[in-house]
Formats: sequence, C-alpha cells, structure tokens
Amino acid sequence: MAFLRYNNIGIRAIAACVPPRIEYNRELGYMMSEEEMDKAIHNIGIEERRIADSDVCASDLCEQAARQLLADNNIDPLSIDALIFVSQTSDYHQPATAAILQHKLGLGKDTLAFDINLACSGYVYGLSAAYAYAQNEAVKRVLLLVGETMSKIVSRFDKVNTPLFADAGTATLIEKGEQFGSSLFSLHTDGGGAQVMMVPDGGFRNPAGPQSFVEETDANGDRRTRMQFRMDGMAVFNFGMSEEPRDVKNLVAAAGLELSQVDLLIYHQANKFMTDFFTKWLKFDKTKTPYSIRRYGNTSSASIPLTIVSELYEAYPERHRVVLSGFGAGLSWGSVLLDLTPCRISPIQDYNP
Amino acid sequence: MEMNEFIGNFAELFDDTAPEVFTPDTRFRDLEEWSSFLALAVMAMIKSEYDVAITADEMRSANTVQELFDTVQKYL
Repeated sequence: MAFLRYNNIGIRAIAACVPPRIEYNRELGYMMSEEEMDKAIHNIGIEERRIADSDVCASDLCEQAARQLLADNNIDPLSIDALIFVSQTSDYHQPATAAILQHKLGLGKDTLAFDINLACSGYVYGLSAAYAYAQNEAVKRVLLLVGETMSKIVSRFDKVNTPLFADAGTATLIEKGEQFGSSLFSLHTDGGGAQVMMVPDGGFRNPAGPQSFVEETDANGDRRTRMQFRMDGMAVFNFGMSEEPRDVKNLVAAAGLELSQVDLLIYHQANKFMTDFFTKWLKFDKTKTPYSIRRYGNTSSASIPLTIVSELYEAYPERHRVVLSGFGAGLSWGSVLLDLTPCRISPIQDYNP
Repeated sequence: MEMNEFIGNFAELFDDTAPEVFTPDTRFRDLEEWSSFLALAVMAMIKSEYDVAITADEMRSANTVQELFDTVQKYL
C-alpha cells in the first residue's frame, strides 16, 4: 500500500494514566540469579513497571486519562463524534469496550465507537483510523483510547516476558486544524508470523478448557499456561531489525526529508537493546529518541503515547517532525510522521478512582 | 567474509570470555557467559557488519562459530 497522507488533521491533546503500584525488576530474585537480573535490567533498560490491581482494566486507566484530557482542555464530552479503543486486554469478548467507555465518559449516543484489536503497532494504526474519520466533514473530534494491562496475561515465572511488560492507559484527541500541517502514515502486516507473539487459548480457535490453565515449563525453564502470552524473542528481533528501520527510512524519504531533519523518533518501547540497535543502524542521533521504558516498561500499544506524555511534557521542545513507530504481534508494524508542536500534553497521572 | 574477522566480531560481544577462546569449532552455547541476550547481540552484529538478518531458527540451530559463519555466508 502507498503511504496515507492527511492534511490539517492532528493531535490536539494527549494524557496518560498508570497504576500506582510499582514492581521492580530488582525483585525478580524468585526466578533469576542476581547476575541474570542485572543483565536483564541492563539490556532491556527496564527498572520498574506499573501493575494494575486485579479489578482494574485497561479501559479504567483509559477512562481516567480521558477524563483528565477532557478537563484539561475544556472539551465538552458531547462534542466527541468518534471513540476508538485499542487494546488486546479489553473488558469482555462481547460487547466492544468502546461502547462501555462511550457511556461511562458521557459521550452522546451519536458517537461512533469501536475497538481495534492490535498490540504494539496499535497506536499508529489507531491514529490512522482516527485521522481517516477526522477527515470527514461530519466528524469534529475523535477520542482515541489506547490501553493495555499486559500484566494480566503474562506469567510471573517467565524470564523473557515478566521483566518486560507493564500496564498503562492513554487518551489522544484528534481534530482538524491548519496548525497540524501534513502527516504521513506507513502501515504493514505479515500474518505469516502470527505465532511469534501469541496467547494460544481462550479465543474461539482454541476455546479455554481445563488444559488451558495447566502451567507448562518450556526448554528455558519458563512457566506459563496456554492462557498466557508467549513470545519468540529471537524471531521478534529478526522481524524488528528486518522491517522497522527500513519502514522509518522509507517513510521519511516519502515525505521528502532526510533522517537528520527528523526532530524526534519515538519507538514503541519494546526493549532498549532492540530499539537502540535500530537507532545505531539508522545512524540516527540517539539524543532524539526519548525513552520512558526505564520507569514504565513495555506497555504494548500504550507505550508510544505514554512516552509522549512522560518524556515530552517538560523536555524535547523541538517536535515539528516527529516519527512514531510501532511493531509487534500480528506481525503488524507501522510508522507515522507528524507535528506534535500543537499538541497539549497533560502531566502523567496515577490511577486514583 | 573472512573467518578471522568474523571470529573477532563474535568474540567482541563477550565481556568475560577471553578472545583467544574462540575458534571455528567453539561450541558457544557451552560457554558460561552464553545467554539469550548474547544470541540477540550476535544477530545484531551480523546485521550491522554483514547486513544479513538471520532468522531465529538459524540462530537456534547453529552450535559452533563455523556453523554460524556458514549461515551468514549463505546470504552473501
């Protein structure tokens, strides 16, 4: 597919909400040696992660972020025309969580609302859908709620995934406006890699049964059930380094720019070893790649907006030409070049219902 | 691609293993320092030095430096 271009549509505001409970990767001694812990922390670049309580869903974190965004920007909930919820940890199989959020947030019944089921590429995909609706004359405002509670589907005895994943909810408001200028999206899929990151049971291909909850131990001694997330880290790395830097390069070239003219490159916070390698491969200035991963871990689709909120609230004033790039389960990946100068960022909030 | 240069690039990824330990026959999985992160570091080195993205299965099936070298050679 060619690049998707939008003119005079952009992000007016962003907010993010994280659970107050912190888990420290230094405290994983129950399943790794101290040396393994040190190496893991050093390589993935994650020291602490926010973990939601058992009764808090991704939608709850998003709801609070949305309330803050609406309040900070004096937005009447009834002025929202579309609500898109992106998550792989939604409230129910049915109905769509977007409908539940429409009601909780007091949006009108004329709001179009639906879920997008994507992981780490989800923010870029969600934004592209929001921009497409915002292009329509009838749609003034789109609320994009992107949240994930990976802690609910990751085993606590998984040396690969436990130290990586965390929870967060975000809200992004998309509107028309000349100040936003032009934006360019590049979106891709390779379902041949569907097995690379997966929760095998609990859908309708492999409905949950008693065997789904039996803990299995793999060759590395990691324990998980078939209802829990598994990832082939080496295959993800091969996928990432084969596709992600090329996608960023092609996007920037299609916009008629040199990579050196990009103000910021904000990666999905997968793990620091991998994205630092992309930066090196791209010969991009690493001082222009903000990271929130040390404090907030990998929050799947929420990691890009969370990084914008946590890192750009007070720093990185040059943000005219920003590339956001997400890649993950599907396999699915995408990048967008946009201007974040007009975007109002709310300070990051702890969840406090 | 030269074997000696490949061994040099490979050995550089290790912090605690002396460079002279590495020969084409070295079974790197048996080294005390070997870890899943080093596997990623090897894949990254191969990508940056030779512009080859070896697959996870290729990485998993190689046991000696020679086997890894042969895998990369296939792409060149």
